[in-house]
Amino acid sequence: MAENHVSTTNACKMCTPMGASLAFRGVKGSMPFIHGSQGCATYMRRYIISHFREPADIASSSLGEKHAVFGGAPNLKKGILNVTEKYNPEMIGIASTCLTETIGDDLKMITTEFLSEFADLDLPHLVTVSTPSYSGTHLNGWKLAVRSMIEKFAGSSPALTADNTINIFPNFLSPADIRLLSGIFREYGLKTMILPNISDTLDSPSWEEYINIPEGGTSVNEIALAHRSGASIEFGYFHKGESAGSYLEENFSVKNYNLLPPVGMRATDALLSAIEEITGLERPQRFVNERGRLIDALVDGHKYINFKKALVYGDEDFVVSMVSFLCETGVKPVIAASGGKADLRKRIEAICEGFCPCPLVLEDSDFDTIEIAAADIKPDLMIGNSKGFKISKKLGIPLIRAGFPIHDRFGGQRIITTGYEGALSLLDLIVNTAITTLQEETRVGYGYM
Amino acid sequence: MSEIMTGPEVNLESWVDNIISKYPPKVAKKRRRHMVVREDGEAGCSQTIEANTRTVPGIITQRGCCYAGCKGVVIGPIGDMVHITHGPVGCGYYSWLTRRNMYKARDDKKNYMSYCFTTDMQDHDVIFGGEKKLAQAIREAAQIFKPAAISVHATCPVGLIGDDIHQVAKDMEKETGIPVMAFSCEGYKGVSQSAGHHIANNKLFTSAVGKVDEPQPEFTINILGEYNIGGDAWEIERVFEKCGIKVLSTFSGNMSYFEMEKAHNAKFNLVMCHRSINYLAEMMEKKYGIPWAKVNFIGPESMAKSMRKVAAFFNNDELTKRIEAVIEEEVENAKKGIEPYLKGLEGKRVMLFVGGSRAHHYQSVFRELGMEPVVAGYEFAHRDDYEGRHVIPTIKVDADSKNIEELKVEADPERYMPAIDEEYRKRLEEEGVLSNYDGMWADMGGGTLIIDDISHVELERLILDFRPDLICSGIKDKYVIEKFGVPSKQLHNYDYSGPYAGFKGAVNFARDIDMLINNPAWKLARAPWKDRSFLNASLNS
Repeated sequence: MAENHVSTTNACKMCTPMGASLAFRGVKGSMPFIHGSQGCATYMRRYIISHFREPADIASSSLGEKHAVFGGAPNLKKGILNVTEKYNPEMIGIASTCLTETIGDDLKMITTEFLSEFADLDLPHLVTVSTPSYSGTHLNGWKLAVRSMIEKFAGSSPALTADNTINIFPNFLSPADIRLLSGIFREYGLKTMILPNISDTLDSPSWEEYINIPEGGTSVNEIALAHRSGASIEFGYFHKGESAGSYLEENFSVKNYNLLPPVGMRATDALLSAIEEITGLERPQRFVNERGRLIDALVDGHKYINFKKALVYGDEDFVVSMVSFLCETGVKPVIAASGGKADLRKRIEAICEGFCPCPLVLEDSDFDTIEIAAADIKPDLMIGNSKGFKISKKLGIPLIRAGFPIHDRFGGQRIITTGYEGALSLLDLIVNTAITTLQEETRVGYGYM
Repeated sequence: MSEIMTGPEVNLESWVDNIISKYPPKVAKKRRRHMVVREDGEAGCSQTIEANTRTVPGIITQRGCCYAGCKGVVIGPIGDMVHITHGPVGCGYYSWLTRRNMYKARDDKKNYMSYCFTTDMQDHDVIFGGEKKLAQAIREAAQIFKPAAISVHATCPVGLIGDDIHQVAKDMEKETGIPVMAFSCEGYKGVSQSAGHHIANNKLFTSAVGKVDEPQPEFTINILGEYNIGGDAWEIERVFEKCGIKVLSTFSGNMSYFEMEKAHNAKFNLVMCHRSINYLAEMMEKKYGIPWAKVNFIGPESMAKSMRKVAAFFNNDELTKRIEAVIEEEVENAKKGIEPYLKGLEGKRVMLFVGGSRAHHYQSVFRELGMEPVVAGYEFAHRDDYEGRHVIPTIKVDADSKNIEELKVEADPERYMPAIDEEYRKRLEEEGVLSNYDGMWADMGGGTLIIDDISHVELERLILDFRPDLICSGIKDKYVIEKFGVPSKQLHNYDYSGPYAGFKGAVNFARDIDMLINNPAWKLARAPWKDRSFLNASLNS
């Protein structure tokens, strides 16, 4: 893509149905289902599994040449029946693909037909999302799937009273981050409806008996009550029609707070302030202490990392939130790159304001372009997923792994970046990476830094 | 761990009936034909299995697509070529470095294995056609990398919108001066990756093999269907070179495009993965008169047996002597290396569900380790991979297979030169050395079970009802199996280990299997407070 190439060399994004499948995984008793060629489900499963090291079933309608010509509806219906029979899911989340979008299969129509044809059966909820792989990235697919679930379920429950629940649309964070976030709300004594909640479904304990679908996730009943929640908090940037929070605000007057993913001091402050604004609650002492510890560590660590140049890459929301955190540490983000499109330059400029100069922003980019920029600017460290390893090795820049996919290191699902705690953990990594370089480069043999 | 722990005494026929009864009637009927409880003797000889048929939608399958078989398996490992995925971003991304086929650059320093090159098709391209974008992508690949050759792989939407990738390839080959091969391997073709293998074989045969004539030493072979996962091909090559045999090209692990162009100059083809490459072996025999033999490089015994096939083929006393000497030395070393692990592995029961050949290839090494393969099956094999090649004439060609072209091949008037005379060839054929594959079930006797294209629920029932000591599969099943407390070995990517082929590989394999089965975590899996007797005993002591 460099120098105005039309080709993409080493993409920095995945396709839309991938994100949708991941988001559907965060609902209780849910089976993601890809309507297309069976290779899509197989490829995405192997990718998801190599990151999470967890089972990740995705069903497929296994379309063949005949269906590509005559339409995939019969296979989709058969597939839904078979999944229902064998897995007894509460929900099937169906995502389309480039194949089925090109031939014009209408998922909403097919599933409506299906439900009336088999009205006598006890069927799971069917949620559909249109995710043509040639449009957008995995992150768009994720957000569209969340929105489709809210559109489908919210308001469908007759519950009358609002309780102290807050809707959280966390975006693509690690299972450990989701656990950490829900802990923050628990500390305030609040209940949450986290959609999707992959904290257990994609990071489950070993089993003692047969489990059909991994336990955990937010139930359809909880989603159905989302319109009664006190407010919604969503993280990240949403294109038109992607935000579940906006949908609830427009249709059910649930106030929506659109925030940066809570990575770093300012973003976490903003999250806690939002919670306090919504509820009128006081800040728990625990967070006052945590924040204090983070400040303390930022002061202690600063001398090792100030002015270190960083390259950040990954999905668009990851990049913006990571840049926001780096600004606070004294590290100078010099390249911020994503394969997605999300008004990156403007947002990153705003975030850097008052802290550091705006880095080179590469939007709708690929690793080839990133490498050319990196060779020129020579960052001291890189933060992003495993796919940056090639550049890291070639240019000799240490890589701190975060985001998705991480398949050349262990424990990708357990990486925390959010809250004061996540910021501390990241800061330790960054400082120690800098110290390691310092230690290895010195000829004096420092053992006491 | 579970109460259902039963062991091998489970009646296999009733187990099959039971699992089948859980499917809707139509699915049950279909799946039943993919399961065979093996019988001994004549009854066993008349058994048949159904394979290479369409997967039931909604059943979670291990199978991939046509594109995966073509780009991912056969063409992707060729290291000095740039492989362009023509389509949306996903397919190229998900097949980017995921198969661990290794490549060392030759003198020209060209190695593009770590690249993922795609046209990243957008809405606009789907509506107005992607040919121009593809042409420009090929131009860019040629300019940036100057590769030995370029391949173009079609993904689902390409066939549907009618992009003529073959014409684009032809035009761009002319423009750039670099060979461009286009593969119509849209994901929806065929029933699994198997269709993609065939499409890849056809194109390699017509567009690459046979381009450069170059005389070769007397003992020159090709290895077909060896993908150099974890360095397998290098270990195999080491052994053959030690015997004084030149390995000209390996399809397609550690393969250079230029070596492929010369492959027809070899005297003998060895076929490792029968499923993915038998087409090429047959076509090369028809056109160039190069006989082929099915081999297996996994495990010392199979490796030695395969080497003896080469000795028989060349029928040269000197060579045979050298081969025997190498076998003796290498087998002894391998046995020494394996010995420390045998005690921990003896009598363990294994299940294998992988590939189109691997589920068979690994059976003999397990037997050498004192372990017992009890249930096995392939993901995407055909009937001949189970029952042996003699059933090929009886295989029904269905609509899905019909769409994959069968090339009509004739003997090359000038270059048809078999290295052995017809009489000797016939003799070797009768002895089962040449053009022969007996399939998996020659090695799976009465009381074993074969399951083709196993589904997730079937696998889970097997685990619960049989509690095997090890299951060999791929990454998609690995963590399901291990959640149940059963160790799982990935035989696609070797759990990032290897090589496993040849003599040195066998030692690595024994070490890794021992490590899996005897992992201390299994002893800790059951929490002590769940086991009252354990608690009482501890408290009373």
